[in-house]
Amino acid sequence: MHFKRWGLILFITPVLLWLVLLIVLPQIDMLVMSFRSETAEGQVIWSLSNYKSFFEDSIYWLTFVRTALYSILVTVLTFLIAFPVAFFITKVVNPRFQGFLLVLLLVPFWVSELVRVYGWMILLRESGVINHILLKMGVLEKPVEMLYNDAAMVMGLVYTMILFMVIPIISVLESLDDSLIEAAYDLGANMWSILLRIVIPHASPGIVSGAIVVFMLSLGDYLTPKLIGGKNSLWFTEQIYNQFIASFNWNQGSAFGFLLLMLSSLVVWAGLKLSRQDLKKVVQ
Amino acid sequence: MMQIDLSVRNVTKKFGDFVAVKNVSFEVTDGRFFSILGPSGCGKTTLLRMIAGLTEPSGGTIEIRGRNMVGIPPNKRPVNLIFQHLALFPMMDVGENVAFGLRRRGESRSVIKKKVEAILDRVGLTGFAPKTIGQLSGGQKQRVAIARSLVLEPAVLLLDEPLGALDLKLREQMKVELKKLQAKVGTTFVYITHDQSEALVMSDHVAVMNGGAFEQIDTPQNLYNQPATPFVARFVGENNVWSGKILRSLGNTAVVETVDGNCFRTKIREPMEEGSPVVLFLRPEAMMIQPDPSRRGLNRFEVVVKDILFDGANSRLLAHPLHREAELLLALPQNRQYDYIRKNDKLEIGWDVQSGICFPERESRF
Repeated sequence: MHFKRWGLILFITPVLLWLVLLIVLPQIDMLVMSFRSETAEGQVIWSLSNYKSFFEDSIYWLTFVRTALYSILVTVLTFLIAFPVAFFITKVVNPRFQGFLLVLLLVPFWVSELVRVYGWMILLRESGVINHILLKMGVLEKPVEMLYNDAAMVMGLVYTMILFMVIPIISVLESLDDSLIEAAYDLGANMWSILLRIVIPHASPGIVSGAIVVFMLSLGDYLTPKLIGGKNSLWFTEQIYNQFIASFNWNQGSAFGFLLLMLSSLVVWAGLKLSRQDLKKVVQ
Repeated sequence: MMQIDLSVRNVTKKFGDFVAVKNVSFEVTDGRFFSILGPSGCGKTTLLRMIAGLTEPSGGTIEIRGRNMVGIPPNKRPVNLIFQHLALFPMMDVGENVAFGLRRRGESRSVIKKKVEAILDRVGLTGFAPKTIGQLSGGQKQRVAIARSLVLEPAVLLLDEPLGALDLKLREQMKVELKKLQAKVGTTFVYITHDQSEALVMSDHVAVMNGGAFEQIDTPQNLYNQPATPFVARFVGENNVWSGKILRSLGNTAVVETVDGNCFRTKIREPMEEGSPVVLFLRPEAMMIQPDPSRRGLNRFEVVVKDILFDGANSRLLAHPLHREAELLLALPQNRQYDYIRKNDKLEIGWDVQSGICFPERESRF
């Protein structure tokens, strides 16, 4: 009995410390900071001006909406690519190669995101590999800048996120009994209705949890939009960075941070409602 | 003349070098209950999957109501399969499960509703449509799976050991129910099982399968009373086995000397040469305990009771012939006539010449 209680305390203390010191306290501090602002006389007062300036300055909320929409797009594209990959690995390929394919999928992620993004830059930039090949083949007359646009940025984000979608889908598809697919086929279903009525409904907890992770990571990503998107593809995290580091306006930055948090919570909530999923089931 | 619903001719299936199904042929006429009985791994599931279209045969033809099924995918075949673990769709309720096939056919909403209700009535699940699969008991799941297939009015319903997962009591009950249901709806059933009692109780005809090939196709009575091969004799029902050789051949009976030194007269199915090795099978219930001494034409020998295995109506005597080690199982009717028997008693046993089942040894696969 005694041991049990001490074991629990020993186990839970680091978790609580981590939660309180590194998450809850800074968040509260940021929340407080976001409602404070400095007057012309240098006095710090309570105010909503940080939030007001977000709505008044169109560059802020346009970036905000852009970030949200592109993150949704990235999530959808990631799903469209990850689902066939996961289905292939779990249901089509000989089980002996499953482990091998999973390792192949994981290997690129042993390299840090930064290095992978630079890899893409080497491929895509004006003097990069793809331009070089296309010039040699005579497809292009002069090199084209493929970096620093929205398409390149979305592609980079999808590439960065794909694993976080594939893994949860693989794990739900593995629990799908093949005989359900066969039974549906036997009862007259074609490939499409098997996919829509059996496979996707079964996989939906995995799909939703993958989508939540991909959406949130993509919304909060800084590196890929900054390096591949460049100046032409503003991401809301860059605005937050600018406020904290460039303008040294921590109050404004905190307000932006909270707006981003609310946005991601709202979209995740809406996504769960739309797909009629339970957060508890999805987290499992 | 009866319509032939299912005709399988010379069907073979190879997986690499392994031959799972060897040159199997059979026909099932309309409205029959046909069972394929065999030990696990004998190829019966592979055979069923080939009829359903989930596996392509390596050779031979499968015809359903006279139509060749080569190259026709499972969703276009007029057969339905009940899977071993039923494969009900957990993401749908009972009604949606049953309606699944009808929806795929594009039938109208009102027709679907009517048909689903009618078939649920038929299997005794009236009003179960809105329930989820998780709320059902084992027997109810069984009936939903059957309803889901029967509602499509297949030419042949294939069943892959659907009672295997149920507990004993429920299995006994479902056996009778399934037989009654089949008689009521009149659909042709092809049922595979490793449980001989399921096959014998429910079927009009049973095929015994072993090592990918059919050993015998016959009525349950004939399988039991006149097995065509030693495998069937061993697999269907219990049997006592002796090895021996023919001492004298007398037309359709012969005198067999067993390895434990007894001499028995038994009927034989084919003429056999004197001295040729044979296996002799004798059912536990074919042996009479202390037969009337005046009765003629019986093989008689003495045994010592080793144990009494009480199991209600299925009680047995475990005995061995006098001075020998071989074990014999004898049926022990519970009609109080044999209550006096105790362990280590010496008993005289008699059996009729017609009860013996004798095969040449070379046919034996063991």
